[in-house]
This record gives sequence, C-alpha cells and structure tokens, in this order.
Amino acid sequence: MTAQLRLEGVSKSFGDQRVLEGIDLAVEEHEVVCLIGASGSGKSTLLRCVNLLEPVDEGRIFLGGEELTAAGVDENQARRRIGIVFQAFNLFPHMTVLDNVTLGPRKALGTPRARAEADATELLARFGLAERRGDYPDRLSGGQQQRVAIVRALAMRPQLMLLDEVTSALDPELVAEVLRVIRELAEGGMTMLIATHEMGFARDIAKRVCFLDAGVILEEGPPERIFSSPEHPRTRQFLDRIIEAGRL
Amino acid sequence: MALREDERPRHRIADRGSRILGGRGGGRSLAIATISTVVVFGAIALAVTSAPGWEDVKEAFFYGPEFRESFPDILEKFWTNVKLFLLAEVFILVWGLVLAVLRSLQGPVFFPLRLLSAAYTDVFRGIPTILLVFLLGFGVPGLQLTGVPTSQFFWATVSLVLVYSAYVAEVYRAGIDSVHPSQDAAARSLGLNRLQSLRHVVLPQAIRRVIPPLLNDFIGLQKDTALVALLGVVEAFRQSQIEVAGSFNYTPYVATAVIFLALTIPLTRFTDWLISRERRRRR
Repeated sequence: MTAQLRLEGVSKSFGDQRVLEGIDLAVEEHEVVCLIGASGSGKSTLLRCVNLLEPVDEGRIFLGGEELTAAGVDENQARRRIGIVFQAFNLFPHMTVLDNVTLGPRKALGTPRARAEADATELLARFGLAERRGDYPDRLSGGQQQRVAIVRALAMRPQLMLLDEVTSALDPELVAEVLRVIRELAEGGMTMLIATHEMGFARDIAKRVCFLDAGVILEEGPPERIFSSPEHPRTRQFLDRIIEAGRL
Repeated sequence: MALREDERPRHRIADRGSRILGGRGGGRSLAIATISTVVVFGAIALAVTSAPGWEDVKEAFFYGPEFRESFPDILEKFWTNVKLFLLAEVFILVWGLVLAVLRSLQGPVFFPLRLLSAAYTDVFRGIPTILLVFLLGFGVPGLQLTGVPTSQFFWATVSLVLVYSAYVAEVYRAGIDSVHPSQDAAARSLGLNRLQSLRHVVLPQAIRRVIPPLLNDFIGLQKDTALVALLGVVEAFRQSQIEVAGSFNYTPYVATAVIFLALTIPLTRFTDWLISRERRRRR
C-alpha cells in the first residue's frame, strides 16, 4: 500500500531559527496520525508546509505518489486536494456560511453555483448546521464556526485533511462538538494529520502518535505505547506535565 | 488607524451629551448648552459687527442684491465643478485601486511593479496640486502633439486624477494591510490563486473598512475642482471672479462658498455618520 502522504527529510527555517529538522513521516490512506508536542515544537509549521502555505527549505513531500515539492507543480492544484482547518477558524467574515463553504468549489474547481450550493447544504446538514447557512460567521458560536470551517475544507472533497489545533481557541464546553465531528470523519475513513493538545482525544482517535520536539520527531508509535510507556525522556517529561495539568 | 484616534474624544462627548439629554436632569443640561451657545456666538457677532471696518466689509461681501444677482450664474457654472468631480472620481477609484494592488503584490518578481507604484505615490503626493494643474494644463497642450487633447478641462481632470489617485492608493493599501494574512492563507488553502484570493476575500474586506477615509478624500477633491479656474475653465469660482470684476463687489465669492458648502457639508456629515456606525459595529 502506498502512503497517501509522505514526507522525506523536510526541513524549514525562519531566518536563523530552525523550525523543522529532517522530518520523515508517512500517513497511510484512511489513517489518522496525531502530532503532539509543546507549543513551538513545529507542529503548525509542519502542517503549513504540507499544504504548501510555507515553502520547504529541504526535503520532499508526496501526496498519493505525486511529489508536491517538485519544480513546476501547480500549488493551487495541489492545495485543492488537501483540506486544512486552522486554530482560529479563519472564516471569511464578509460572507454567509453558505458562501464560505461554496467559495472554494465555485472559484477553484469551477463548480456551478447551484451544484455547489446543493452540495454545501447537504454537508452543512450532515454536521447540524443547516439552519445556519444564511448567517454571517460573527453570529455563530466558536464551536459552530469551527464546524463550518471543517465543512468548508470538506466541500473541496480533499484526499487529506490537516487539522491545526482546531479546538485550542474554543471555550471548554464547545470542544466536544468539534471533536465529535472529527471522530465522525475518522470513522468515515478520512485520512487525517492532526496537530493537537487534546491528549485524550489523540489517544482515542489516532492510529499513530508522533511526538515533536524542537522540529524533530523524537518518537512515534501507537497511542497506547506512547502514552503509557514513552521511550524518550523528553516525551516522558512532556506527558508528565500534561498529566500534572490534568489534561490526560 | 490615526483617524479613529482623532475621532474618539468627540464621539465620547457626543455619547455623553445624548445620554444626559435623554435621561434625568436633561432640561438643566439643555439650558446650560443653550445659554453658553448664545453667549459665545453673541460675543463673536458683537466683536465682528462692532469692528471699525464692519460697515465697509458688510457692504463689500454681504450685499444682498449682488448675492441674488450673481447666485444663479455661479450655480449654473458649478455644474462644471460637479461634472469634473464625478468624472475624476471614477478614474481615481479605479486607478488608485490598481496602484494599491500593484504595491501589495508579494515576491521578488513583482519588485519593479512595487517600485513603480511606490514612486508614483511619492511623486504625486509630493507635488502641490496647483503646480500640477499648471504644468499639465499649459505644458501638454503647448507641445502641440497631434492626437493629444488640448482641452483645458481634460488636463485639469487628469491632474486631479493623478494627485488624488496617489492619496486614494495609500488609503486602499492601508485597508489591504488591515486584513489579517490568515484570511489570504484560508483562501489560498482552498486552492484559490493569488488573484482570486485578492478579488473574493481580501479586497471586499479591505474596501469596506476604508470607505470613510475615502469619502474624506472626496471632500477634498470637491473643493479642489476650483483649481481648474486657473486654466481659464469657467466654473463656479471663475464665474464669481467675473462677477466681481463687473461689479467691484466681493459678494459673489461668498455666494460661491455657500454653494460649495451646500455640497461638502452633507458629505462630511455622512462620512462622520459612517465612521461612528463602523465603530459601534466593531465594539
């Protein structure tokens, strides 16, 4: 089986600061991989590199066997196959929920408006947002906004979803509704790479967990092993702090 | 934004005023406001009318019959100012936007375009408008090039477009810069290209935010239409000069000022209203 997403020796610096250092990572089709690690460990940058929002300095990224980092690759074309959901939702405030969701299909894929709206309405209904299609984002709760952002990414029918700490900006009581959506996606077989601080969630949903520290994947494996008997002292230290904070 | 800072104190006073007038003790505040207004304006009126030269000035600037006689002619010529304003306005809005977009393009490939746009705004914001009107209005027709318009009205319009588009480009640019980069990232992540992201996501938000400062620039433009008088175009101000020359009375200037105010004050009030509405929305 070929990996849906494969990273080979990906490195990235911002100025003098080395953010990613020779990352090797593969995500199989229908697999959910969680990236854990402290803030600043490079999780977000890694996701942004996969989506080509940040150009990599070294290394190669493959999606479905095709190299995205090769010269001459149409980055717009590549991004259409990858959905990303951001920590701060990044919905378009001047558009209704429906327009937020249909913008990508209409402008990037050339789907006719009627078709795009029908698809979007169906997707919104699936995630309990049908009533909200005519509202502007500022009328929605954080949880609803983030679910709309997920639907917006799904509307492109991506081969891969990247989730960048999608619950970190939410009030605690709104986290569950968003996690429920992600769980549903995982059960539906969506291939996902998830950066998260929700360790309990990562343990439940991930097939594999990668611990990132200072731009390097220090340790990876099935969640049962990473969370119960981490090998690397840095991983242990990180998880001890999480447990101390009552988050696991 | 500097504008918002400037507006804040006045707004707060207005807020308090309306609260006081609407609430208990409103009658007392209203009385104080009325008395102080009468006292202040009364004192000013007294000072002006008791000045030694007041009778002469009144005769020269506020002569009723002259006002009534010159007003219709000046108003008719004011139509030229309005046409000039509306025509220039359309080109300024479009050309200013083009300049702002060129300047906001990222990446080394676009460096020459950014440089050109920056140089353009520096030059045309730096030249006094009156000088440019002279230079283009007399200079270009003087070249006697075939196919190049020699109409003074045309070159006056061009001068105003050149100067005001430089200002308007900066206003647009401030608006574009105020849209958080994450909005562009979200649009690009959906597979929209640079131009689509600008067109559908960044510009609609940017323009909405800069409508009040844009209107401010247009109040300035309305007044500067009088500069074309220098080229011999007979508009409101030039017409008032003609009237003055015929009667040796300055009242036509006052009549012209009144006509300009009738157009600029409503726009100024409207702009202030938009600004305060925008602020209320963001709160």
